[in-house]
Amino acid sequence: MMHEFAIVWAHKDRLLVGFGNTVVLSLLATAAALTLASPIAIALMSHRRPVRALARGLVDGMRCIPFLLLAYIVYYALPTLAIRLDNWTAGLCALVIYNAAYMAEILRGAWASLPREHVEAGLAFGFSGLKLYRRIILPPIVLACMPVLGNQMIQIIKDSAFLTIIAVPELTHEASAIQSTYYVPFAAFISAVLLYWVLCRLVEISVGAVERRARARR
Amino acid sequence: MPVEPAVTRPRLPAEAAERPVLEIDGIWKKFGEHDVLTDVSLSVQRGQTVCILGPSGSGKSTLLRCVNWLERPDHGHIYLSGQRIGFRPVTDLPMSQAELAQIRARVGMVFQHFNLWPHLTVLGNLIEAPIYVQRRPRDEVVAEAEALLDKIDLREKRDVYPARLSGGQKQRVAIARALAMRPSVLLFDEATSALDPELVGEVLAVMEELAQDGMTMVVVTHEMGFARDAVIEVAPPDKFFETPKTERARQFLQRYASAPRAGLARRRG
Repeated sequence: MMHEFAIVWAHKDRLLVGFGNTVVLSLLATAAALTLASPIAIALMSHRRPVRALARGLVDGMRCIPFLLLAYIVYYALPTLAIRLDNWTAGLCALVIYNAAYMAEILRGAWASLPREHVEAGLAFGFSGLKLYRRIILPPIVLACMPVLGNQMIQIIKDSAFLTIIAVPELTHEASAIQSTYYVPFAAFISAVLLYWVLCRLVEISVGAVERRARARR
Repeated sequence: MPVEPAVTRPRLPAEAAERPVLEIDGIWKKFGEHDVLTDVSLSVQRGQTVCILGPSGSGKSTLLRCVNWLERPDHGHIYLSGQRIGFRPVTDLPMSQAELAQIRARVGMVFQHFNLWPHLTVLGNLIEAPIYVQRRPRDEVVAEAEALLDKIDLREKRDVYPARLSGGQKQRVAIARALAMRPSVLLFDEATSALDPELVGEVLAVMEELAQDGMTMVVVTHEMGFARDAVIEVAPPDKFFETPKTERARQFLQRYASAPRAGLARRRG
């Protein structure tokens, strides 16, 4: 078995490149999904029924599709509609759309439980529209659902492993490549698991630090 | 001769100069089948403090919330320095949210439950709206906010979050937050009734000081002491236009707690 790990160690560069790609992919996807989640959450809370129904359809739709299938659709099915994306872009898009829907639902939940008086104070001081959302509504709901958003980021990291099937050179893809070349499945996959674990722990630690700061404001 | 109903007559700008800061003209408000406000009128001159007394459920808070259009009155007009609230001049079309926001920025509001923004520090609460709504320069706003914190004696709480303050401190910060907007009129909605008895004094002291400084205020309160020096102005909303004799109003005041529904405006000084 040590021999297996020695082989993986010899190819650690490849594994680290995959790890780096997973980090970049996850960070980009989290930032973009969080950004996209805001307009979707605003639509979910809209007073206009068609707007609300459209957003609700998107969110519920995403929650019912297995991520693997969505990745297939974006990469293999969209070219039929003349939308052709390279595997990186397709993978990133799939991650962003899928998780933006989840995050929008998280934001909507926190928004709905925001005390009415909090928003009313904003209105009474002359905030309205987007400014009301950005300055008065968004900050407390992000603080309130920090742990859940952190969880969602971990979900993004793990979902990114599926992108191996559309040949995005992320961590799982590289581990898989090493194991199939040298037939060292145990060492290759366990090494990947350890690296995923390190990454998820880092996310948990940073979320915990932000959460401690958020608690001072409650 | 065309009949022009007085209620829809647009106000001319020339009239604005001699007008009261706040004018409430015959407003009605119904929640479902329940009449909350029936033909209530009130006018507040510059520098005046008007107290509104009455038992819970008599529509005092609703009246204040109508002033900044957090509630829409069913009928009647409200004017802020001569400008009609809720409707555009001449065309009489309803104001957009952005137009309402501009009006609301000129009306300071102090809530029963403070409603400070928990994600902002004390200073952050004071400077938020002046910077992002009124778009005034940050340096100027911060300097003014710090002076206000000195005034309410909470300078040392500048960088603390509201969760760490006592009820009385929160309400003083809420008053300073409203003052930071340089409002034309300041509305107090039961500002002391959510406080522990021993904390009421510090908030009333700030309100007394503001009244003496000539701030224009409308105060919904249960604090008889604060309204003590007032001259009785208006009586129960059922017969709002029948201005009661002082003696009758006093009697009313004595048994106001048992009255089914009543509004009583008192005018200080």
